[in-house]
Amino acid sequence: MNKQLIGSVVVIGGGISGMLSALDLANSGYYVYLVEKGPSIGGVMAQLDKTFPTNDCAM
Amino acid sequence: MPLKYAINPDICLKLTKDKCGTCEEVCPANAIDYTQTEEHITINAGSIIYSPGFTPFDPSKFDNYQYANFPNVITSMEFERILSATGPTMGHVTTFPKLPLNPKKKKDKLLAQKRKDPKKIAWFQCVGSRDINKCDNPYCSSVCCMYAVKEAIIAKEHAGGDLDCSIFYMDMRTPGKEFEKYYENAKDKHGINFIRTKVHSVTENPETHDLNIRYVDDFGQIVDDTYDMIVLSVGLEISEETKALSEKLGIDLTSNGFCKTNSFEPVTSSRDGIYISGVFNNPKDIPDSVLDASAAASAAGDALSSARDTLTKSVEKIEEINVVGERPRIGAFICDCGSNIKGVVDCEAVTEYAKTLPYVEFADESMYACSQDAQSKMVDFIKEKNLNRIVIAACTPKTHEPLFQETLANSGLNKYLFEMTNIRNHNSWVHKNNPDIATQKAKDLVRMAVAKAALAEPLKEEKINVNDSVVVVGGGLAGMTSAKSLATQGYSTHIIEKNNQLGGEAHKLYKTAQGEDVQTQLNELIKEVENNDNITVHCNTTLESADGFVGNFKSTLKSDDKEFELEYGIAVLATGAKAFVPDEYEYGNDERIITSLDLDKMFKVNDTKLDTINSAVFIQCVGSRQPDRPYCSRVCCTHSIDNAIELKKRNPKMNVFIIYRDIRTYGESELLYKEARNLGVIFIRYEVDKKPEVTIKGKNLFIKVTDHVLNMPVEIKTDMLTLATAIVPRKDEKLANFFKVPLNDEGFFIEKHAKLGPAEFATSGVFLAGSGHYPKPVNEAITQGRASASRALTLLAKKDSLFTSGIIANVDPLKCSECGVCVSICPYSAPMFATEGRFEGKAEVNPVLCKGCGLCVASCRSGALHLRGFDTNQIFSQIFALGEVV
Repeated sequence: MNKQLIGSVVVIGGGISGMLSALDLANSGYYVYLVEKGPSIGGVMAQLDKTFPTNDCAM
Repeated sequence: MPLKYAINPDICLKLTKDKCGTCEEVCPANAIDYTQTEEHITINAGSIIYSPGFTPFDPSKFDNYQYANFPNVITSMEFERILSATGPTMGHVTTFPKLPLNPKKKKDKLLAQKRKDPKKIAWFQCVGSRDINKCDNPYCSSVCCMYAVKEAIIAKEHAGGDLDCSIFYMDMRTPGKEFEKYYENAKDKHGINFIRTKVHSVTENPETHDLNIRYVDDFGQIVDDTYDMIVLSVGLEISEETKALSEKLGIDLTSNGFCKTNSFEPVTSSRDGIYISGVFNNPKDIPDSVLDASAAASAAGDALSSARDTLTKSVEKIEEINVVGERPRIGAFICDCGSNIKGVVDCEAVTEYAKTLPYVEFADESMYACSQDAQSKMVDFIKEKNLNRIVIAACTPKTHEPLFQETLANSGLNKYLFEMTNIRNHNSWVHKNNPDIATQKAKDLVRMAVAKAALAEPLKEEKINVNDSVVVVGGGLAGMTSAKSLATQGYSTHIIEKNNQLGGEAHKLYKTAQGEDVQTQLNELIKEVENNDNITVHCNTTLESADGFVGNFKSTLKSDDKEFELEYGIAVLATGAKAFVPDEYEYGNDERIITSLDLDKMFKVNDTKLDTINSAVFIQCVGSRQPDRPYCSRVCCTHSIDNAIELKKRNPKMNVFIIYRDIRTYGESELLYKEARNLGVIFIRYEVDKKPEVTIKGKNLFIKVTDHVLNMPVEIKTDMLTLATAIVPRKDEKLANFFKVPLNDEGFFIEKHAKLGPAEFATSGVFLAGSGHYPKPVNEAITQGRASASRALTLLAKKDSLFTSGIIANVDPLKCSECGVCVSICPYSAPMFATEGRFEGKAEVNPVLCKGCGLCVASCRSGALHLRGFDTNQIFSQIFALGEVV
């Protein structure tokens, strides 16, 4: 591969999935840009009360 | 999620009319800046992960359910907020939950007065899913059955036992780990009613706003019933915005707007360099989204492995101040936790009290001690007041201790010069009706914490030397995928496979649910793995032992009676599962009675027997969803339907019957179910207490079952009976013991966290992938394989900064009587006898092995052992402080 690769990743969407992708990449040596259109990250999971099947608090 | 506010520019008075401006005046952090405008930023990056998520389906257009017009018809997302303690009704389940919209409006006011506690609530499933009649969403949204069951259970908890909850459904789809038990408990323990029907229409009593529903029951009778509230279990949809951006990004979508992927590369979009995860990849729940997230990180990282560590910045380490020998100067910080603590405890009084305690130089109260500005203020206070011990009275150290310890480190203090006391969970939450006592208790807790902190000493953490090679146990799809990703990122990986070839159970499969040929892609993967220089494959090999801990494992392996040792730092357990051998339906007594995998084999070799078959029957849930094996095997519905379609395609005249309990083609697999019905496959439902009967009469094979439409028994003469058998775990207790990881009742591995840690174990350094976790199809096994690699990578990347805890035992050799109790009692083999030096024969503790459990300390009869950070004098000082009268 001749082209110089860029060691950064753009993650679009700051829901539970986007946040965790960003964390994994940042913790394994890649620079991450997490892009979210809303004013805060958290996505739909932050709006839930409890989660099945353990009834843990979603927050 | 982070408690940060944003200005809505459309309604802000300052921005629209240049009035107000109050927020700028009152913000103590000076964070308000009205001059900010939209900016365009260009980012150059190596990969993109696209995880746009979903939009809940908007049921306004369904005129038969009248969501737009009846105030007591609400969506499941709205009900979720009603159940939430931070929601509009503060967790109180009430009718007219959305009102009063405008308390000044007469109509709203009247309705608000009618608010009452509901007695009967109904959930309607598949609103905006599995529906091409009222909307264009033919797929199953995968999560609604489970969330409806959950909402019903929680609603009953909130409202008390006599709330009547009914769920109206088509098929109950609970094919996830522990889901089926949750559903069974909902029926048996919580008394939730499950009614299998599609409700025809909803009308409203204009006076009371009660809702009348009409449906046809199992016996074809029309039933009218009245409910106080109806919750519409809305499906998951991909928004138009997401579809538009996908087009700009140039990635292919399915007809329903989900991303098109290959089962063997399940998080890779059609465009090079763009990876996808979450619901956009197919409707899925949280653990599957979490797996997707890590899998996408693994895929994005694999593509950029040569550029790893080129753009990351390292955090500057602050020199530690030596405080040994100094008089304690304690800073006490009392947190309000918003109203969580302050709503009950008089935090101001606690702060004032803290100032009077011995050695306390400074005390401060903050609204959220964990917020960024409170943290930076803390650093300033520590420096300014020259503090050398810190006490935090706030929430639980379980979640927040690391954050505060980091703040200490940022101000140059050793992170163990710190004590945290929980005045929320242990105090304001449990004593919310007794604020005076709670305030008193908070003072007691602070006094105890101060007494202990005064005796705190700086502790040293030992660096762990990490062996950065990886052992993957199991060479099936999940194991190979995990190994391939770790090897690509530069780590030496060993695959331990007990059979003579890689590939595992996947060798027995014909096609994936997406229609790909399994064998071609499996063989390609095997070749890639075998040719990878960083992967060593050990076939015909078993793991005979495993000792050690994260970064330092050691195993004996056995291959053809030869034993050898292997040292490694990370383990991935991908041991898979196997097909259940049926013990019913005359299996084994007639060669025409086969299992799903037997039928796959016939397809694979193009068996000529297939040409002679005119009638084929499938029986579902053979060995699954019954008392001795209460889980759903997840893959069998899709598998049988796939095979039924294959039979129909080979011979359209063939009569094909699928005898099932609930069809569980979740996500876009639902389209296969539809295709099968279109092709004329006949589906007959049975109940678990009325299983189909199989009889062999001479040359003929008969299956007798009660048809759910005709409500009478029918007998089918068939040429072939395929049993959709359960997938059973290997229940490898030996392996579980080696790595100290748990198995559940059925024998599947228990992951670290059902929602947030599905690809790792609670044991540090041990990861999990594949059907050993729970039965799963090809694409999900590969996703989990990648996810486990990504999780392992985050540990391997910390290779040079992995430390033990400072909280470990140490020996006072002058007191040690060499009795050896500590050596024999330690589960981690940390204490041993010194073999040389001045204290030869005395006990000493290996700091890397010690987990700080304190067993040896408690067992030492000479008082020679001490647990750093929890020393005897610290514990006693706390107890004495408790006894002090204020």
